[in-house]
Amino acid sequence: MAKPLLQMKGITKEFPGVKALDQIDFNIYEGKVMALLGENGAGKSTLMKILSGVYQMDEGELYFKENHIKFKTPRDSQDVGIAIIHQELNLVPQLTIGENIFLGREPVNKFKRIDWKKLYANSSKLLERLGIEKDPMELVSNLSIGEQQMVEIAKALSLDAKIIIMDEPTDALTDKETAALFKVINELRENGCGIVYISHRLKEIFEICDMATVLRDGKFITEDLVTNLNEDLIIEAMVGRKLEEQFPRVDVELKEVVLEVKNLSNEYIEDISFTLRKGEIIGIAGLMGSGRTELAKTIFGSLPVREGEVFIDQKQYTISSPKSALEHGIAYVSEDRKGQGLILDLSVKENMSLSDLKQFESFLFKLNGQNEEHMVRHYIDNMSIRTPSMDQTVKNLSGGNQQKVSIAKGLMTKPKILILDEPTRGVDVGAKKEIYNLINQFKKEGMSIIIISSELPEVLGMCDRILVMFNGKITGAFNRKEASQEQILRCAVGIEEA
Amino acid sequence: MKIDKNKLLKYKSVIGLLAFSIIISFVSPQFLTFSNILNVFRQTSINSIIAAGMTFVILTGGIDLSVGSVLAFAGAICASLIASGMNAFFAIAIALMVGTLAGAISGIIISRGKVQPFIATLVSMTVLRGATLVFTDGRPITLVSGENAERFSTIGNGYFLGIPVPIYITLIVFVAAYYILRQTRLGRYVYALGGNEEATKLSGISVAKIKVIVYALSGLCAALAGVIITSRLASAQPNAGSGYELDAIAAVVLGGTSLSGGMGSIFGTVTGALIIGVLNNALNILNVSSYYQMIVKGAVILIAVLLDRKK
Ligand SMILES: Nc1ncnc2c1ncn2[C@@H]1O[C@H](COP(=O)(O)OP(=O)(O)OP(=O)(O)O)[C@@H](O)[C@H]1O
Ligand SMILES: [Mg+2]
Repeated sequence: MAKPLLQMKGITKEFPGVKALDQIDFNIYEGKVMALLGENGAGKSTLMKILSGVYQMDEGELYFKENHIKFKTPRDSQDVGIAIIHQELNLVPQLTIGENIFLGREPVNKFKRIDWKKLYANSSKLLERLGIEKDPMELVSNLSIGEQQMVEIAKALSLDAKIIIMDEPTDALTDKETAALFKVINELRENGCGIVYISHRLKEIFEICDMATVLRDGKFITEDLVTNLNEDLIIEAMVGRKLEEQFPRVDVELKEVVLEVKNLSNEYIEDISFTLRKGEIIGIAGLMGSGRTELAKTIFGSLPVREGEVFIDQKQYTISSPKSALEHGIAYVSEDRKGQGLILDLSVKENMSLSDLKQFESFLFKLNGQNEEHMVRHYIDNMSIRTPSMDQTVKNLSGGNQQKVSIAKGLMTKPKILILDEPTRGVDVGAKKEIYNLINQFKKEGMSIIIISSELPEVLGMCDRILVMFNGKITGAFNRKEASQEQILRCAVGIEEA
Repeated sequence: MKIDKNKLLKYKSVIGLLAFSIIISFVSPQFLTFSNILNVFRQTSINSIIAAGMTFVILTGGIDLSVGSVLAFAGAICASLIASGMNAFFAIAIALMVGTLAGAISGIIISRGKVQPFIATLVSMTVLRGATLVFTDGRPITLVSGENAERFSTIGNGYFLGIPVPIYITLIVFVAAYYILRQTRLGRYVYALGGNEEATKLSGISVAKIKVIVYALSGLCAALAGVIITSRLASAQPNAGSGYELDAIAAVVLGGTSLSGGMGSIFGTVTGALIIGVLNNALNILNVSSYYQMIVKGAVILIAVLLDRKK
């Protein structure tokens, strides 16, 4: 094996109450894509934040081309030629795509004024390279999360870095965007870039990575060529044990209809009708921008209804606000945990109980701390949420653990109907299975669930029925047994009516 | 002994206050006398009470510039009712209700009218100051002697167990504020709203209602401060309370509450108000001219906030 382009040796990092990294060794090689794998909270993002100068390590050494180096600020890391795409988006919503890409590094003309023409021309080129059909003058606030992710990627590319770190870049991307990204990664590899690729989608590892490093509980487990590995070996290294069947489906007898949607329309969706029975799981497939999230938000009362009717337990229900939706037993777990799901500065406990605090209210409006903590503890244990305590600020949890808190928050309202929007985004294989088990448990208890997901295996593996959306309309409806990946994909691009 | 760095950071404003007091007590022995300390607490009570209400508003990410005008308006109403012979108890209740209502109206303008808090409360500030001047005809309303007026005077001038009554009132306000912020649903919602409005809405919380409540609380606190001042001076000044919003905001910020909302504590606000109070007191003891006092005060606030930024 060639000498590493960059070496991290014996890296240790401690946060109050957590040893995030313990004597980690990590290498990046020229012209190779290195996968960095591990469960939620294993320390992947922390290690990369040290490499990009965001965090300072407690112990350890860095070598770039065998020279000892030290980073005090993100700028130092950039100067060496390291670019990072963070797991959490860091764009300024009020600025345009182009302004965001070149933020702090705007090209200037000879009078030291910003050369807007050049800035937007360069931005256009980058967007084109990534296959994004967007005007660089468009405001970032108008973009979907996937598109914002692509802008982050464009920003990293604009640095012409020698090392590019991608922390779960495809988390929010469509298949098409992912393909475009992989094309770019291949180009970068040919140009001799060293790339770090973090993802919980193991298929991608085999598709794009040359090597893999696995961490577990902040410790180094192994570094190996991807060709020497398979999915089971990786999972074993990550989790420390073998994992059985990924989709533990259960069949329950479907009972009466709990939710009926009739001809629902508004700005985003058109003429949507479907029914959901007690104990049933419906999956909604479709590409990003197909109106899936908007449908969920309309039912949940956060987008206005123009036409149509909704019935809950055969009784007509006038959708007015998330508050009334929750009172009627509908809970919605957003796909955008940072922007819409969680309040990052509040603690794990405060986030989880926020949607249904009323249940803990006692004499003189005092919140019953004991009951609350008891319930929160139950979900932390049940969902194996990794946090030093329930009073930890959610911002300090790893991405996947934040996602679990977001789901727990929905569950704590004890809903009759639970709408999960991309529930396993950013969640590791082991935890995914825990979430599926939990969903099954609720199903057995008679809860009805709608899962919106871009991961077809998840939809096919978990759901009783599958609806496919395209352009705001339902273009296909399948029973689980008759559905196939191809059929769903065809409906998702609007080719076929089923 | 291992000192927990986080605890230290959490209480940095208290540590600052203590360090500051110790320095001053060296410079002027007069400072650390029981009567002077009581004096500081009493002088601070008005600003503290206003700042307590302001804390709620700032925690939601808003700001309330109208507190000074609410104070004057409520004070004028209270004084004129008492002067007209109304029972002091009812007069106070009405003044407090008027202040609460004034705050609630700002809150409605902000939440329903989607007006920036800065603008909305700037408007209330101007309108209420005008209303006070119209109402009082620009002249102070003075309370002449009489049993009712005397009873009313206890609020600002009375003592109980050797401690001025305003100090008790301040204490009650802070205990109540602490209770609401830390122990009740409303408190959680206030922090949540300041942290992430969109996520709060999607959690099924009526954001508009919370906003109206916090501005109403701020109005209530300002009115209470107005009642105390009126009682203390035995008169309502039409220009009372102008500029008080800045002292209140300064106290909140010195206490470590973030102006962008979501983070901070009522405990911090107490310390913030005391820092300003101690500073004012020290400058008076040291006979610093009032013109220089303003400059020194500004400088101290700047230094404190700068120190706070360096974590
Ligand atoms: N700023 C912080 N303060 C306190 N603890 C932190 C902080 N950042 C990370 N941690 C903790 O360090 C551990 C490692 O977190 P990290 O974000 O590196 O995990 P990860 O491997 O990236 O997980 P994921 O796959 O969920 O993104 C976690 O237990 C997390 O709670
Ligand atoms: Mg991470």
